[in-house]
Amino acid sequence: MDAINYDTELRRAGAHSTHGWRKLTFLAQRYMLGTAGLVIMVMFVLAAALADVICRFSPLAVDSAHALAAPNSQHWMGTDSFGRDVWSRIIHGARISLAVGIGSTALGSSIGVIVGLASGYLSGWVDLVFQRITDILQALPLLVLALVVTAALGPSLPNVIIAIAIPLIPTVARVIRANTLALRELPFVEAAKSIGMSEMRIALRHVLPNTLAPLIVLATAQLGSTILTEASLSFLGLGIPEPYPSWGRMLSESAAEYVRTAPWLVIFPGVAISLAVFGTNLFGDALRDILDPRQRG
Amino acid sequence: MFAYIVRRLALMLVTLFGISVIIFFLLRIVPGNIVDILFAAAGYVDPADKANLERELGLDQSIIVQYLHWIGGLLRGDLGYSYVSEKPALDEILPRIPITARLAGLALLFSASIGIPLGVISAVNQGTRLDYILRVVSLSGLSLPSFWLGLLILMASVALFGTMPIFNPNPQSFGEALAIYCVPAMAVGFRSAALTMRITRSSMLEILRQDYIRTARAKGASERAVNYHHALKNAILPVITVVGIEAAFLIGGLIVTETVFNIPGVARFLVEAIRWRDYPIVQNLVMLIAVVVVVANFTVDMLYAVVDPRIRYTD
Repeated sequence: MDAINYDTELRRAGAHSTHGWRKLTFLAQRYMLGTAGLVIMVMFVLAAALADVICRFSPLAVDSAHALAAPNSQHWMGTDSFGRDVWSRIIHGARISLAVGIGSTALGSSIGVIVGLASGYLSGWVDLVFQRITDILQALPLLVLALVVTAALGPSLPNVIIAIAIPLIPTVARVIRANTLALRELPFVEAAKSIGMSEMRIALRHVLPNTLAPLIVLATAQLGSTILTEASLSFLGLGIPEPYPSWGRMLSESAAEYVRTAPWLVIFPGVAISLAVFGTNLFGDALRDILDPRQRG
Repeated sequence: MFAYIVRRLALMLVTLFGISVIIFFLLRIVPGNIVDILFAAAGYVDPADKANLERELGLDQSIIVQYLHWIGGLLRGDLGYSYVSEKPALDEILPRIPITARLAGLALLFSASIGIPLGVISAVNQGTRLDYILRVVSLSGLSLPSFWLGLLILMASVALFGTMPIFNPNPQSFGEALAIYCVPAMAVGFRSAALTMRITRSSMLEILRQDYIRTARAKGASERAVNYHHALKNAILPVITVVGIEAAFLIGGLIVTETVFNIPGVARFLVEAIRWRDYPIVQNLVMLIAVVVVVANFTVDMLYAVVDPRIRYTD
């Protein structure tokens, strides 16, 4: 396994310049789908950041006189059974989705990195124990493990983040471990050892930075599935509790009875979830192609 | 080979044991048991009644004794009693398995029959507009929550036929049975089809780059023969692995889809049991799911050795 030189890769792909702005415009042109994904992601981040500015109504304001109103000039996406504005609930819901998505991906990845590095670098019994724990966590589907953990901890935003982060740990740990094992054998690690660098320092200063590319690829790929898992948990009524506007919660079982009478309550939150996940998936795919040429398909 | 199988089976047991420990203790880290919850709803109660009920459910014993009691029962085929229905957990779970198994089987069939051909088409036409469209479709398949897809299907059926498919345990005709199972299976299978397609595509692309494909082309084999005779045979191998991954993937989809379509299978039962804090049901269902996933992965590895003569497990 060789270290990857990104500039060489870019030139091979046909880039004229590997600096600054021109590098970015080249990438944007070559990976149009990925750029589209990035635009979608930025849109959702802006929606979350500027939610209070964008929306005319509070996402929690109950207005029973206008309950179940169809989309109109006042309420662009209609209102729900409490008369709450669907548009502002969706915009504010971006905050929940992003908080859970980024929070659980970051938490799961950090723990996964520590476990993977320790496992690959220390080997021996540490590796053996971590490997068995990984096996155990991987034998349960993401949603099942997340369901049981939220059931145990109780539904709240931090608990949902923890519940979704735990199933991510083994996947990250596996990838980092495999990378660490390969890197450990490379000459530059041996060189670092020969000049008397401590193991800890080698692991953190030399091995870790070289596992960053696959880590970023994996984390972006998982961002989408964390958002989906939060939506599923909330849909099942075991995720983010009321009155927080979570997209999955908005689609929750009661939505099934509105399939006939108030389709806007079913359509818009689903579009929001799918679009957000689609954006991260598009971006994640492009990122994998750029950062990990070995996997390029 | 034999030593390898024995080692794998032993590791499977270790994994299942680990899951049983984690699930059992996870469900009990929160203070308050089913008795507290029942009595909290009733307001003031006689502490003696409460103690009686706790003794009856075995909750007065130490948690380790409770765990050993559960595992001991499990090994004898006694899964304990549901807190809610007070019936044996086995009698509650068993009749629900065939329903979920049928759904899962149909979903797998659907995902393979859609995903594999589309993945091959996409790979053979790499870089063309068709490939682009198929890739976007497969990525959107991975992005749609299956419960939302289910809701959209219900919506479409209301708009087209004026009614929704309602689950009927004893369908009158073959057509009805087909509608009952196929529609939700498609909602679950769409996501799996997208995953199958992506893996087929990348596996096919990798094979198409190999020397023996160039040789086949050089000796004048038709494009069709190269793609479908030479390449697909080898490209299909990694796709088998997907079935193993999908076992876990499908269960997630089944949980939400059974809820949307109101299908009384095991997957929806898990959610209900979690909501009711019916721990005997929850822990047994989680074990069942873990066994399914672990056995599926084991079977896939064995299948690999059977299908591909190059793979020999030695240890």
